[in-house]
This record gives sequence, structure tokens and C-alpha cells, in this order.
Amino acid sequence: MSEFTPPKAPAHIRQGSSIGQPLTRRDGFLKVTGAARYAADNHPAGMLYAVIAHSSIACGRVSFLDVDAARGHPGVVDIMTPQHKPELAMDPDAKLHPFMFRMDLLQNDRVRYATQPIAVVIAETLEAATEGALLLAPRYEIETAAVGLDGAESFVPPGVGAGNPAAASKGDVQAGLAGASLRIEATYETPSQYHNAMEPHAIVVAWHGDTLSIDMPTQGLVMTQSRIAAMFGIPPEDVHIRSPFLGGGFGSKGLAAGPQILGVMAARMTGRPIKLVLRREQMYGPVGHRAATRQTLRLGADGEGSLTAIDHHAKTTSSTFDDFFEPAADVSHTMYASPAIATSHEAVRVNTGTPLFMRAPGEATGSIALESAIDEMAQACGMDPLAFRLKNYAEVEPISGKPFSSKALRQCYAQGAERFGWATRKLEPRQMRDEDGMLVGWGVGTATFPALMFQGQARAVLRADGSGVMETGAHDMGQGAWTALAQIAADGLGLEIDQVEFRSGTSDLPDAGIAGGSAHTATAGIAIHGAGADVIAKLADLATGDERSPLFGAGNTGVLARAGRLFRRDDESRSETYGDILVRAGLAEIEGRGSSAPDPAALSAYAMHAHGAVFAEVKVDPDLGQIRVTRLIGAFAAGTIINPHLVRSQYYGGMIWGMSFALHEHAIIDPRSGRVMNPNLGEYHIPVNADVPSIEAILVEERDPYVNALGIKGVGEIGVTGSAGAIANAVWHATGVRVRHFPITLDRLIERR
Amino acid sequence: MNRFDYIRPATVSEAVAAASVPGSAYLAAGTNLIDLMKGGVVRPERLVDVSHLPGLDGIEHFPDGGLRIGALVRNADLAHDADFAARFPAVAEALLSGASPQLRNAATVGGNLLQRTRCAYFYDVASACNKRTPGAGCDARGGQTRLQAVLGWSEACIATHPSDFCVPLVALDAIVEIEGRSGRRDVPLESFYRLPGDTPERESVLEAGELILAVRLPGTAAAFAGHARYLKVRDRTSYAFAIVSAAAALQIESGRILQARLALGGVALKPWRTRAAEDSMAGEITGPDTFRRAADIALADAQPSGDNAFKIELARRIVVRALSQAAVGTPKRMPALPASPFAAVSGAITYV
Repeated sequence: MSEFTPPKAPAHIRQGSSIGQPLTRRDGFLKVTGAARYAADNHPAGMLYAVIAHSSIACGRVSFLDVDAARGHPGVVDIMTPQHKPELAMDPDAKLHPFMFRMDLLQNDRVRYATQPIAVVIAETLEAATEGALLLAPRYEIETAAVGLDGAESFVPPGVGAGNPAAASKGDVQAGLAGASLRIEATYETPSQYHNAMEPHAIVVAWHGDTLSIDMPTQGLVMTQSRIAAMFGIPPEDVHIRSPFLGGGFGSKGLAAGPQILGVMAARMTGRPIKLVLRREQMYGPVGHRAATRQTLRLGADGEGSLTAIDHHAKTTSSTFDDFFEPAADVSHTMYASPAIATSHEAVRVNTGTPLFMRAPGEATGSIALESAIDEMAQACGMDPLAFRLKNYAEVEPISGKPFSSKALRQCYAQGAERFGWATRKLEPRQMRDEDGMLVGWGVGTATFPALMFQGQARAVLRADGSGVMETGAHDMGQGAWTALAQIAADGLGLEIDQVEFRSGTSDLPDAGIAGGSAHTATAGIAIHGAGADVIAKLADLATGDERSPLFGAGNTGVLARAGRLFRRDDESRSETYGDILVRAGLAEIEGRGSSAPDPAALSAYAMHAHGAVFAEVKVDPDLGQIRVTRLIGAFAAGTIINPHLVRSQYYGGMIWGMSFALHEHAIIDPRSGRVMNPNLGEYHIPVNADVPSIEAILVEERDPYVNALGIKGVGEIGVTGSAGAIANAVWHATGVRVRHFPITLDRLIERR
Repeated sequence: MNRFDYIRPATVSEAVAAASVPGSAYLAAGTNLIDLMKGGVVRPERLVDVSHLPGLDGIEHFPDGGLRIGALVRNADLAHDADFAARFPAVAEALLSGASPQLRNAATVGGNLLQRTRCAYFYDVASACNKRTPGAGCDARGGQTRLQAVLGWSEACIATHPSDFCVPLVALDAIVEIEGRSGRRDVPLESFYRLPGDTPERESVLEAGELILAVRLPGTAAAFAGHARYLKVRDRTSYAFAIVSAAAALQIESGRILQARLALGGVALKPWRTRAAEDSMAGEITGPDTFRRAADIALADAQPSGDNAFKIELARRIVVRALSQAAVGTPKRMPALPASPFAAVSGAITYV
């Protein structure tokens, strides 16, 4: 283990009060009034509409497209097919690194999943393009589709998630199980789920010579920029992307996907600006999803209720042509103490679009299975589920033995349980009823998500008029980046938030890294923090080296930046405004740069995770089986909280997502055709307001000196984890029926009574 | 979307004449039709927009307690009409359990009657569907069948009728007023729909061009107002179609049932009234034995059409519960979660 020293405090201190303030989102007014311009709101002059025709079969080839009929429809301008399309500079099936999503760009007539694009109709109006796409009336040579977890021969994938090994272990699981006084083995299934961002994937694109002007929602401006540039053989700086707002991404807008590239191709082919927006049903294939899993957990415990072994095996699906494997079992690496842990994965290749990162990839699927199994083990041990979790509390990261950089999970359990009233819970199931005769159940789940950080950059400017600028190409997916990052910028510059012009959301700004892995606030925030430090240091150099400044000679003691002034640290009566320093130096502005990157020494020394505990109350109709979550309380510790108001919203969103996982979401796939039969928001159920009666998020205090200079962990995904398991466990506690097939629907309660 | 003619007639007779041309479809709020057209599920050559026809958007009350509801009355307006809700509380409860507030604000009474099934194989134009293309076959058979019919289905079609509104209507002897080229006629809602048989494409008794003008409820139906409930079990608390629903209405005197009405939703290609079950309750004492017997009779002919046997047992339980709730009496105020098993859950803030 390498030596690690926490970051040294800089000589110059900046003081601010924006971080920690519960500001409402600064772009809220724009969004409420409809003035926020999303990608598809743009209409460049001369724009044409492109509509994708997609495959209705999951496997085979397109044998005929009635191109003449479509071309003859009034308003149709051109039709892009495998025979008629612009040249690409790169094979869409090439994969140079794991973060490259293979795409369907009409490279041939093969069909490898339902909803795969097979042609693009370009027309003067959306209606004409839509009708043109229908008139193509494709014919197919259909081959038998491989569908579902048992649809093909299984194999051990080369890696899972973002490059984790497919198997990991410590200790001797067989011995741990053999020596256990209690053992359980249970298999859980989770379905295919689709991101279903409110805003469909869209692009408005225009070529100007060999440069590109693009409006599209993306969670990764710079990665998308270079991906598009490579596809068309132009330098990345010739691709200009604007993505000021995303109507949700959840991972599906992280990597450039085929449909948007088809828009760029259509613009190339026609020489006109193009708008291409996916129809809702077209989001159930080419832009990623969460793969189905079947997970088997084997746990052993001794007579005292201490785990002796955790064996977590996950089977998952991927596409026939690309590699993404849901890392469902990996959650068991970090959750509960056990002398022996083994995780492993297997996969099948089926005729589906390639799965992708979807909010808490691996953690969500793995957590609902692990939290259910832990509950089953607690029951086998005759222990309260919370007491059992505390008994098996991981003081160090179980798989690696590393200390945690910080872990306030005990406080999460305690504060959540107190608020929920957990202490009066009955141990046995089916013991509680409300005054209307409904069965009542209480469940708990532990939440976890790694505290990640990527590489990012920012540029800061202080101007002679006393104002500041902060630039980073960050992404606001609705989580509040426009607000939280501006708060960090204000503090980084020692200014009020309204004195700072925060520029973000375009590809010509410094790279803020991908908005994924719950790492965006840390990644962009630390770069901003660093850029602020850099520009303040330069300003301080100007002042402390200038004998006309009241700060002259303070270089060693340092200065303090606050409210647009620099103060001597040892004598705050001596100060000067930023503007005065710059004016005297004859400068209109001064610039600083900052960057962020994970610290390899810290990573090797510490396990870094956010934690939480979620408590759920459900009511279940004893005869009819209908389920309703009546209370959901989560307590989360995720380091420094930049904006408690926005963070609470992130937790709520995650917890509701967990509820959706436990009770609602699933793609209904026809086992014969491989088509998703509910590709719309009417039939693909997520909770509606009436399903979410009472929800609370407790922000548990936590300081982490190791994760990064500001102590920021992520909050975007952790809410999903723990919540789904807590609800599943509450359903069991209400009914005495353990449903291991998700989502839990009432037929499973009816049948098994 | 395909190109189509759009006609906006000024009178009912102009509308009927226009819609009598083959390939025509009536457009009211369009909450279902427009989706179907966007999906290429139906491709009418001409739309006859009846949404502005005069005289079809009123609720007339008759001295005998009955009423006549114009075909263009919005679902929300009807449900929130205090006189209507007082006389026909189960109908109001059913309306408020359907769709979402936004849809209820737009959708019309006539359109509700004529909404198409929500069978996924009907909507998925790549699937074989005898309703869409007579003789094409039914891909729902052997496919995803969890929500399909358990009563009155045929090999040609196992879909269900999705309406909530129609379930209490059929129980309460509603009459549909229809205008066509050969004049006006009245059809009881109970015989308005056809079961699929070999011709699932023929969904109702409407002939080409016929237009629904109104739905009438007889004064005798208002006699159930004190003991009338609608119960709807679904996969989420709101904005979901029924897995199974039931409308139950009783007239009770000294603990004995004078008359009972019972209809089921979500089980067949039409709102399923069960007269034998109703008759079994006449003269009996209210209570679980009577209601269980009625439930058994109501579901006696039920058969799973796939992996949906649970719906039969669920339907029995819903019948017992709905009848029990009706026996207790219609609540003074509309529950915050109309028709939900959780309607009675108190203390929580609720939104539908």
C-alpha cells in the first residue's frame, strides 16, 4: 500500500459561503417558463426532418425496402439506406476502447435486434418523413431470435461493467459455507429495463463545409465530440456541440449512439441542416438499457449471526455484437463483512440492443438481490434485519481489506431507524395491519455507491470590474449542475454567486469529464476549485509583489480571498479589491486553470464509497395483493454536500427509481419475436405521483479528507440502491411471501397465498 | 402520419353522411385515435371531427331520476357533476379511476365507449392481429398474456375492453342512443359490444356512419345510489388500466338484498355483466357467503387464455370485496383514490 498524504492546504485561502447553501436551481425559471432550449427546440434555417425506420424483427436481414413508394410521398427529399449513404471514416463496428458503443449506421442489411435502424427518411416536414418511413414497408428474411437469459449458450465475459474482472474472491467460500451453522441459497431475477429519459435522444445538426454545428443532449461532450469527429474524419475541434440542458440521461446519453450519428449522416447527404428525434418506441433498442439478470446468492452464517461466506453469482444478457455486461455481483465486494467472498458472472448473447450503464449499473441489480438475501439470512438467524446488518458491518472494505476513506453508515442506520420508528418492528412477517385491515410491512436496505472521480478541467477569469468567469463543459441532466457547480465556482473565486458568470454545456469549453458514475460534481467541481485557486494565486502574486498594494510582502503569510477582496491572513485590516489589483497592474483580466483527476495513491490506500440506509413501509391488500409504498425514509452519507436542496432531490429521485425497480419497471419482451411489447410510457410502468405518498431523505454529516480536496462523493445513483431491497423486504414482512422475481407484482402474491 | 381528409360537419346529419363513406372515422378528443394513427395501427382516409357538433355536450336530468349524457361531455365534467355523482356514484368513481386528470379533461363519453383494446399485439403493427387484419391470426396467443381475457374470448382474439366507465354503466342498464343514416335507435350498452368469436374486427353493433349521440341511465338505476361502488385493481396506484375491476350495486332492505347489479371489467372484450350472479343475491342476506357464491357464479365460465389464471381468482376476490363495500354503503365523499383498494387508507396525502 503506497503512502498517502492528504492534500496540503494552499498558502492562500478562499472563503465563501455558497457551498452548502440550499439554493433553488438557477435554471428553474427557464425550465418552468419553457424558455430553456433543449436540443430539439432548435430550428436552423433550411432544416429538414429525418425519421428513422426501424426493424420489427430481432434477427435476420432486410430483403426489401419500398424506397420508391417512400420517395414518391410528397415532401420526402431523400432516403438513406445501406445502398445510399455517405461514406464514414470509421467502421461503426470498430471498438478501440471499452467506452466506445458499437453502432448501427446502415453498414449492411443485417438485423441484430428489434428497433435497429434500417433506413432514414428525410423530408421537408416531420409528417412527410414519418409517413415515408411507414411506406418503406420492409420485408425481411427472418431468423430465429435469441431472447432472454436462457436464449443462448452462456459464457464467462472478459470483464463486467467498466472493466472489472468477471470474478473476484477472497477467503475460502466453500469452507465458509461448509462450516456455517446456517446456510441459505436463493435465486433472484431482474428484468430488462430502459432508461426512458423524458427527452428522447435528439440531434439538430448542420455542416458548414467540413465543420459541424450540433445541438444534442449528451452526458459526455468531449467524448461525443471526438467520437463524431472520428466517424467523419475531421478534427474534434471542428465539431461544436451545444448541450445546455438534458431532459434526463441516466446513462443512456453518456456514449454517442447510432441514431444521432445517423442525423449527422443525413445532413452530410442532403447538404441541409437536419433534425432527428427518436420516437419513444425507438428508445427501446439502439440507445442502451439495463440487462436482465438472474442472480444466485449463497450465504453462510455462524451461530452468532456473523456471515461466514457470501457467494454471489450473476447471469446477464448482452447483445450479439458488443460487450457490456451488467456487473451485478460486484456489489457484494463492498457491503457486508465476511471472511470469504466470491463473485462471478456469466452471460448470454441475445438479439437485443447492447445494454449500457443505467443509473447505478450493477449496484441497482445486485443490491436488490443482496439486500433480499441478507434479509432472508437474518430471518434464518432469527435476527432483526437491521441488527443483522449491524452485526455484519464492514469496518474495512470486505473484498480488499482497505480502510474506508470515510463511512458514516452506522449514523445512517441510526438516524434512519430513529426517524422511521424501526424499534417497534415485529420480527415475524404478516403481524401488522392498519385500521383498514391492510397488511403492513417494514423493510430496510443498505445503500452504497462508489465515490468516483474522472479527469476534468476548468478555466477561471477574474475581471477588472470585479466580476469573475468560470468555464467548464459540464452537463446539466436535471441534477442541478448549473447551480451546484456555480456555487463551487463562487467560493473558488471568493465572490458572490451572482458575480460569477458560469459558462457550461458546450464542447468548446474545458472538458468537464463525463457526467456519469455520480462523479460529475466531484470531477467538474474539483477542476473549478483548482482553477479558482490558480487565478487567486496569480492575483495574489500581483498584489503581494507590488509595493503600492496594501498586501505587499504578504506572499509568505498568504492572503485570504473573500467577497471580491484579498486580505492579509495575518492582518485582515489590510485588503484590496480584485479590481484595484488588476487595474493597477494594467490588466483587464487574469486567467487561471484547474484540473481534476483521481489520486492514484489515495485510490490504492482507501476504499471510497458513499453509504446509506433506506427504510420502507408498504401496505398490501391481504386479498387482492395490490401493493402501495406508504413511507420511504433514506439516510445517506456522501461527504460534503454542495447544495442540500438539490441533493435531497437527487435522493428522492433515486429512491423513487428504487421503488420503480422493486414494483414496476420491466420491459415486456415477446419470447418469440424479441420485441419489447410495452415501448411507451403508458405501459412501461414507473411510479406516478399517487405511488409516492411520503418520502424523506436525511443528509447525514460526513467529512472525507481523502476523496478529493472538497470531500465530495456522489449522490446521483446511491438512492436507487438500498431502496429497491428495502421495499422488497417490506413486502415480505407484510405478507410472509418472498418474491424473488422483480418487479414484485400482485399476481405473485395472489398465486402464492 | 398518413394523409387523410379532415371534415368538420356542422350538424349530426352532415356528420353521419360524411362518416358513412368507407374509410371514415369519427374524431372527438382523439385521446385514443390519434395515438393509433401515429402508430400506424389505424389509417383512416377521412376524419370526421364531431368535437364541435352542437347539443351533444349537456347532461339532462329527468324527473324520474334518470339522465341523458351527451356524447361529447368530458369524462371529468361528468364525474364532477354533483347531481350526477350523487345519483350514480359508482359511475363517477369509475370515471375518476380511469386514465389521468389530463386525459379525463379531454376524453369524451362517446369516445370512452369506443376506445380500442389495449392489447399490446393490437398496437404492435408487426404482430398478427385479427382485429387489425381479419384472418391474420392472433400473436397474443402464446405471447405475453398476463392481462388478457378470461371470459368470452375466442381463439381469434383474447383481448379485453379497457374502459372503467362502461363497467358500472352496463351494470346499471345504460342505453346508448345512436344516430345513423336510417335514423335513430337505442341499444342497451350490454348488447352494444360484440364478443370476438370469429370476427373480432367487429367490435360493436355500430353500422358504418353511425354516431353515438348520448348515453342514458334510467331512473331505476338511481335507486342503487346508496350502495354502489367501483373497485379497480391495477399495477400502480393511478394511470393504469384495470387488471380486473368490478362495479357492484345493491338495493338493501333490512339487511336483505332486493336487487343486485354486478359487472366486471378487464376480463373480457366487453364490460361483463353477470345476471346469474345478480339473481343469486336477490332475497339473500348481505354477507360473505352470499357474495362468495355470487363470485363463483360470475366466474363459473372463466378460462385462462394463457398465463393469466390468477385473474380468475383475483376477479372472485374483487367481486366479494366490491359487493362488501357496496353493502357497507356509498361513502359520503368521493375517496381520494377513487376505486382503489387503498381508497380508505387515511392520513396520507394522495394525488391522482
